[in-house]
Amino acid sequence: MGATLAEKILARASGRPSVRPGDIVEPAVDVALSHENAALVINQFREIYQGTGLEAKVWAPANIVIVFDHRVPAESSKTATNQKKIREFIAAQGITKFHEIRGDEGGICHQILPENGYVQPGQIVVGTDSHTTTHGALGALAWGIGATEMAAVWALGLVPNVEVPLTIKVVLDGALPRGVYPKDVVLHLIGKIGAQGANFRVLEFHGETSRAMSTSGRLVLANMAVEAGATAGIFPADKETFRYLRDVAGVTNPAPAMLPDSDAAYEKACEIDVARLEPQIACPHTVDNVKPVSQVEGTPVQQIVIGSCTNGRLDDLEVAAGILQGKKVARSTRMLVFPASGRIYREALDRGFLKTFMDAGAVVMNSGCGCCLGIHQGALGDGETALSTTNRNFQGRMGNPNAAVYLCSPATAAASALTGCITDPRKGDSL
Amino acid sequence: MKAMLVHKLGDDISTDVIYPGRFMATVLPTETPQFAFADDLGFNTLLKSGKVAPGSVLLAGNNFGCGSSREQAASCLKGYGLIIVAQSIARIFLQNAVNLGLQTVVCPKIEGVEGDEFEIRPTGIVNLTRGGTFPIVPHAPARQALIDAGGLIPYARNRLLQQVGQA
Ligand code: SF4
Repeated sequence: MGATLAEKILARASGRPSVRPGDIVEPAVDVALSHENAALVINQFREIYQGTGLEAKVWAPANIVIVFDHRVPAESSKTATNQKKIREFIAAQGITKFHEIRGDEGGICHQILPENGYVQPGQIVVGTDSHTTTHGALGALAWGIGATEMAAVWALGLVPNVEVPLTIKVVLDGALPRGVYPKDVVLHLIGKIGAQGANFRVLEFHGETSRAMSTSGRLVLANMAVEAGATAGIFPADKETFRYLRDVAGVTNPAPAMLPDSDAAYEKACEIDVARLEPQIACPHTVDNVKPVSQVEGTPVQQIVIGSCTNGRLDDLEVAAGILQGKKVARSTRMLVFPASGRIYREALDRGFLKTFMDAGAVVMNSGCGCCLGIHQGALGDGETALSTTNRNFQGRMGNPNAAVYLCSPATAAASALTGCITDPRKGDSL
Repeated sequence: MKAMLVHKLGDDISTDVIYPGRFMATVLPTETPQFAFADDLGFNTLLKSGKVAPGSVLLAGNNFGCGSSREQAASCLKGYGLIIVAQSIARIFLQNAVNLGLQTVVCPKIEGVEGDEFEIRPTGIVNLTRGGTFPIVPHAPARQALIDAGGLIPYARNRLLQQVGQA
């Protein structure tokens, strides 16, 4: 019996010929990602060294990436002080892959990693952020861990005591209909398998739709794999992966693709014919509460959000700008746009998308996590409703437990901005 | 071990509910407990009142701790010495709990209401108030090893010393 992609990568990284689900391994880490929660990782890292007589030095500064994104620019003196402490640690440890609060190099960590070529096929990527699953889009095995686990990674260079997970094969077939995007596919998938349907499992993406999808679209699916509870979501690397690595990420000498065996043992398969999908909406307050847009059309929304590590990339902004071009955001709502990185911000500026948004009445914010997690910028009022291209709609997520968040694609968000109600983007020109 | 059920929750309680994002700049385990369930005023007040004895049970449904990897969600509950009994627990939260030494018990069929007294045995939970014994799903060996080591910090410290010794 052959190996799934996750099993192949874990075997390679653990120096074993093969592994099976349930085996305990300690894979060597290629990329260790943190954001502002590095403040807690630093505390725990120092704690590990307590009483050992050893100097607290990270195992490999070049393998660590730190990105300020969750609270940029700092929303409080407490955050600013945490950021200062992290900067001092970064300087003392010689960590160079540090993305500051900057208009040129900054952005959301899950956009910074791919666009800078930090992630390659076959790698082990761990991050102190649950959406670290995003990097599976490039054929890496990538998962979220807590701060103490990251402290152990910084000290040891490996992830302690990892249980090899089972893998579910997700087969996506068919051509995406007009107005239906990768976000709709992943929302449908989560609705189908449930918020814990893939708990302790890896989702491995196959099928003609997956192969035809751009890396940008694959990033959306891998990003939201965790919303089905998955440890990781992974796409076998192919021509498109290497195109992205070369042309977008500037990687001149990429690692070769690792592929699952054709007789790999999957726990089960989940097949979806995307040609039959209509735009999807995740309704409050769980991501698996998914309905076709036709069932919730007309729901008034007071805030529209386009951005985040899920849907703040250039193609997302392009689709939204195309819908808003020459039109106005309805007076009954407000629209916030957060490009996922400084680079995307700049490209959207050059291509006129930001002008389109501003002319329509949207507010273009700096790149970063923005209101996605309800810390600053764009909190909701009591009883208000938002429609957002982000990835979570848990109660309180956008800063107010007495508000509601619906999730959708950038096209649905833009079409809805024109009406102030949840709107089917396929209505397009009639809006 | 006997333990009283002090609070009962439903399914899919996310880490945004357990520890809202706006308090994430607070990281010290001595400071996080005050923000546990900060948006659930009743429960937050009860916890802060000091009336919940360490070793009390917080009972949840399926997928407890889903969402963000924020470790504060585990550290804030550990601060009150709570035992988490849930029908199922999301991976990252469970791993964080094990790493930090927050006690968790996965018990798929558990039944009980606030005020019930449980007896937690190695293989099952007995509801002493209402009767019934409910089997426990044991921790996977990878996580049990960390629990036996007293949490991830001592485990990692030992591994570090081993690595240095081998070098
Ligand atoms: S954009 Fe939202 S989901 Fe993505 S990393 Fe930031 S807070 Fe997390």
